[in-house]
Amino acid sequence: MMPDLGKYAVEVLSSYGITMALLVVLVAASLLRARRMRHDLAAVEQRIRRNG
Amino acid sequence: MASLWEYANPRKFIATSDLVLPWVGGLALICLVVGLVWGFFFTPEDYRQGASVKIIYLHVPAALMAINGWLMMLVASLIWLIRRHHVSALAARAAAPVGAVMTVIALVTGAFWGQPIWGTWWVWDPRLTSFLILLLFYLGYMALWAAIENDDTAADLTSVLCLVGSVFALLSRYAVLFWNQGLHQGASLSLDKKENVDNVFYLPLLVCIAGFVLLFLALVLLRTQTEIRARRMRALLARERMG
Amino acid sequence: MRALLIRDLRLAIRAGGGFGLGLAFFLIVVVLVPFAVGPRGDLHSVIAPGILWLGALLACLLSLDRVFALDYEDGSLDLLATAPLPLEALVSLKALAHWLTTGLPLVLAAPALAVLLNLPAAGYAPLLLSLALGTPALSVIGTFGAALTVGVKRGGLLLSLLVLPLYVPTLIFGAEAARRGAERLDYTAPLLMLAGITCGTIALLPFASAAVVRINLR
Repeated sequence: MMPDLGKYAVEVLSSYGITMALLVVLVAASLLRARRMRHDLAAVEQRIRRNG
Repeated sequence: MASLWEYANPRKFIATSDLVLPWVGGLALICLVVGLVWGFFFTPEDYRQGASVKIIYLHVPAALMAINGWLMMLVASLIWLIRRHHVSALAARAAAPVGAVMTVIALVTGAFWGQPIWGTWWVWDPRLTSFLILLLFYLGYMALWAAIENDDTAADLTSVLCLVGSVFALLSRYAVLFWNQGLHQGASLSLDKKENVDNVFYLPLLVCIAGFVLLFLALVLLRTQTEIRARRMRALLARERMG
Repeated sequence: MRALLIRDLRLAIRAGGGFGLGLAFFLIVVVLVPFAVGPRGDLHSVIAPGILWLGALLACLLSLDRVFALDYEDGSLDLLATAPLPLEALVSLKALAHWLTTGLPLVLAAPALAVLLNLPAAGYAPLLLSLALGTPALSVIGTFGAALTVGVKRGGLLLSLLVLPLYVPTLIFGAEAARRGAERLDYTAPLLMLAGITCGTIALLPFASAAVVRINLR
């Protein structure tokens, strides 16, 4: 199944690997931060509604 | 037909983008998977560059998004300066890290491509150098956002920096061209068919570009939501401390 | 206006800030380069124009955070902003004062330091010309960066990160003119481009700087 990359295997595979890693980190960081912020904001809004 | 400016309302923006996000994100994933699998497994080798041509499916879309990301920030900054919509400023802020990552991807894949074809990881070629300078602009822009506490001041200052930076980025581009003629090939995607890469490579490349555009869009929508929430939270906490 | 300029110049000289410091820094950079690349005179004369330009650029950068910081801290910037003098004129004056205390001494010192680096005789005129034409742009661009970071505490590093990318075109054309001159090539094209950049920045950037100062004083 793996295509024959010939003498360029290292370059092609590391390009794909590094790109995937960077994109996954970026997406994961964005998702995590989005979730945390959603959660934190909900907590703060609830607290203020209870107190105010 | 509702006006575009309705989405300047943060609540409206969050509600709408919540609806759109799963679709954009899902479509981005599909396009990326299809395009990259197609490109990686089912395209022939270039007769001169061999298998290294497969890097094009990462390099070109990332480079495109690196530049268009900055353009988007420029437009968003202008909208903020003229119409004072917070969402616009926050969208510019949200786009910067995405654009910076795209720039890094373009540079890294370019280095891995240049190594076998040009025989060197890096040359001070106009295009490569311009991208490095673009990365510096992204870094400075993000650092300025991070350094200033007041949200509105930060939005104003970064917007002005984005405008001035765009002019200087353009100047640098021409300065660099003047300074050194390069190894890099010309445009690989133009309307003039003759200059284009061959169709066998072209179609999967288009799918990959669509994937990167959608991914950029999804990330910016998501991160803008996060920035809107962060801003609201800071405002709430500040009010609480005052009261 | 003249009073303001004289005041700024006096402050810069008395505070011992930009004036001596920039020059000393320039000297040190030039002295350190041979240690870094080895004692080969032929190599020095090849890289001399670039090193001198880079040294001048970094020396300019060094004193930038003083352009607005002192006035911002003691509140006189607020006072100046409400004065009848337009803010655009104020920032231009600040840039001029910075150039007179940093850029001009650097230009004058450059030939002496060029001797240390074995610059070919043909290179002196283009080096002086390019520095004289280029350093005003460095001061004006730097004033914009200083205006951006005036509200940030310990913004020195941030200032460098913001200003250095903006210096790229100036550096390229300036160093290119000096290099071509040293190699006895025609250097009018980069020199004209450099002059264009300097005129453009002097004409346009004060508006951006003034807008930024206004935002920071809000």
